[in-house]
Amino acid sequence: MSSKLIFELNTEGRIGYRFPSLDVPEIPLDSMLKKDLFRQKPAALPQVSEVDVIRHYTELASKSFGVDAGFYPLGSCTMKYNPKINEDVASFQGFADIHPLQPLNTVQGTLELIYKTTESLCEITGMKWGTLQPFAGAHGEFTGMKLFKAYFKKKGDTKRTKVLVPTSAHGTNPASSHISGFDVEEVQADERGLVSVSSLKEHLSDEVAGIMLTNPNTLGLFEKDIVEIAGLVHEAGGLLYYDGANMNAIMGKVRPGDMGFDVIHLNLHKTFATPHGGGGPGSGPVLVSDKLIPFLPVPDITEHDGKYTLNYDKPDSIGRISGFYGNIAVIVRAYAYILTMGSDGLKKASEMAVLNANYLKERLKKTYHLFYDTTCMHEFVLSADTLHDEHGISALDVAKALLDNGFHPMTIYFPLIVHEAMMIEPTETESKQTLDHFVDVMLKIYDEAVKNPEKLKEAPLHTPVKRIDEVLAAKNPVLRWVKE
Amino acid sequence: MNVPENLKYTEDHEWARVEGKVAYVGITDHAQQELGDIVYVELPDIDTEVEKDEEATSIESVKAAAPVNSPVSGKIVKVNEDLEDEAELVNKDAYAAYIFAVEMSDPSELDSLMDAAAYKKFLGK
Repeated sequence: MSSKLIFELNTEGRIGYRFPSLDVPEIPLDSMLKKDLFRQKPAALPQVSEVDVIRHYTELASKSFGVDAGFYPLGSCTMKYNPKINEDVASFQGFADIHPLQPLNTVQGTLELIYKTTESLCEITGMKWGTLQPFAGAHGEFTGMKLFKAYFKKKGDTKRTKVLVPTSAHGTNPASSHISGFDVEEVQADERGLVSVSSLKEHLSDEVAGIMLTNPNTLGLFEKDIVEIAGLVHEAGGLLYYDGANMNAIMGKVRPGDMGFDVIHLNLHKTFATPHGGGGPGSGPVLVSDKLIPFLPVPDITEHDGKYTLNYDKPDSIGRISGFYGNIAVIVRAYAYILTMGSDGLKKASEMAVLNANYLKERLKKTYHLFYDTTCMHEFVLSADTLHDEHGISALDVAKALLDNGFHPMTIYFPLIVHEAMMIEPTETESKQTLDHFVDVMLKIYDEAVKNPEKLKEAPLHTPVKRIDEVLAAKNPVLRWVKE
Repeated sequence: MNVPENLKYTEDHEWARVEGKVAYVGITDHAQQELGDIVYVELPDIDTEVEKDEEATSIESVKAAAPVNSPVSGKIVKVNEDLEDEAELVNKDAYAAYIFAVEMSDPSELDSLMDAAAYKKFLGK
């Protein structure tokens, strides 16, 4: 059933508030404000009572789907369960009720938390220092590319205009390097689904600023040649950028810093169990090796005798990349998660994430086409290509059918190197029962696809909104309510 | 798979139809099938210089955004404005819906493109 918009609940004259009578002299508005600042018509706000508002938003909330509602195997997004203790900590008055312009001596606790989170993240990743300012992964990538630019500018090396991005990299990498002013060159994957070292060699030159890489890559495969790759890029004078999208596979096992990366970003909202989806709020800390520390954004947080201050005196810094210090409430949750888990817990989380993915992969590959049949990391990519060729059922149809079964779909049509891709990431927080149930449903969908494909093409049938016209929605989205 | 005889093809699944010094460029039937329902075709600006095998413009479907490379070097002299409102024309008939036309600076570049038989073989791989 589709909901009414709050504007459609409007009843002329209905209000949900009552002011006391005015006990001070009324001052005419035009004595305080210029006439041209006045609104010409009253704002078209909905006239509703408190209970109208509550029921409306409760109904909408009941239709939303998140990790608290069910299994969410969205590949590359790490939709793990977010422990509620993190919420408790983030709501502590000392974190929740502060303002970014308060005097620093009144927010020492928050500054200490930012400092210590940076330290912890450096320990987990093997990097030297960083910034927690970026609001999301792609914002971190942008910051990282700015660091690349600043580094080469300082060296007087202005020829480096290209950034290499493997076809198995994370989807935002080409966009981030492009928007930062670099020309993007694609490096091919080889038959193993890994970066082709020979293709990389062909692309390397004194015009290459560096490479953006995800490890494990978007096929969920560990780039085994990473040390050789790092050596080749560094030898050619370039830098390595690590996209932390898939960090959940390797915590406590292997560190990007040890692999030879110069700049990395993490997604606290993926790996470090902070809420995620619907566009935010996220957090994409950027961490660097020694040689890039001078270029990090300002302000930097420094500690002296247990007192924390903000340092703006960094002449080579790329400047500010956020209004203040980042999404603090998200950082608080991530730090709570890191401390709750401890180093053993984080390691175990990655182990279980990899085990869960391999369990699903092994059970599903007997029915669905698995392109790269090898041990995967935290995610794997199936293909609906045989279903598509033989029964006309695409990855999109399978995803829609999952909706009818109470699951959030997997990522589809990415990575682009797999036809009819279905990218599945179960995460460590799911039980074997949940995974088995998911397998049962996937097998049932396959069976339906073979026996009754026409019906499957109509899915979903049990959701508030049925199959949408994706072309119309993309070309002609209706985003604003207009009074008739 | 529909692969007309009178066109030249690239490994990136573009086609070129040559009329004198001008090459009309579009994407192949295979490419439109792979992309799925196309929602937007970006049209390059007239007079833009393009390089062979370099991205000239892009095309967006419900599944993905994909670059369209120019099969030849030269200057954009014409674009298919019908696609502005009706991107789906590419799905309907990929070979009727050219995207842009290039005045070739080096017509000998055509020799490096595949003919229909070679492209069919390439698709069969």
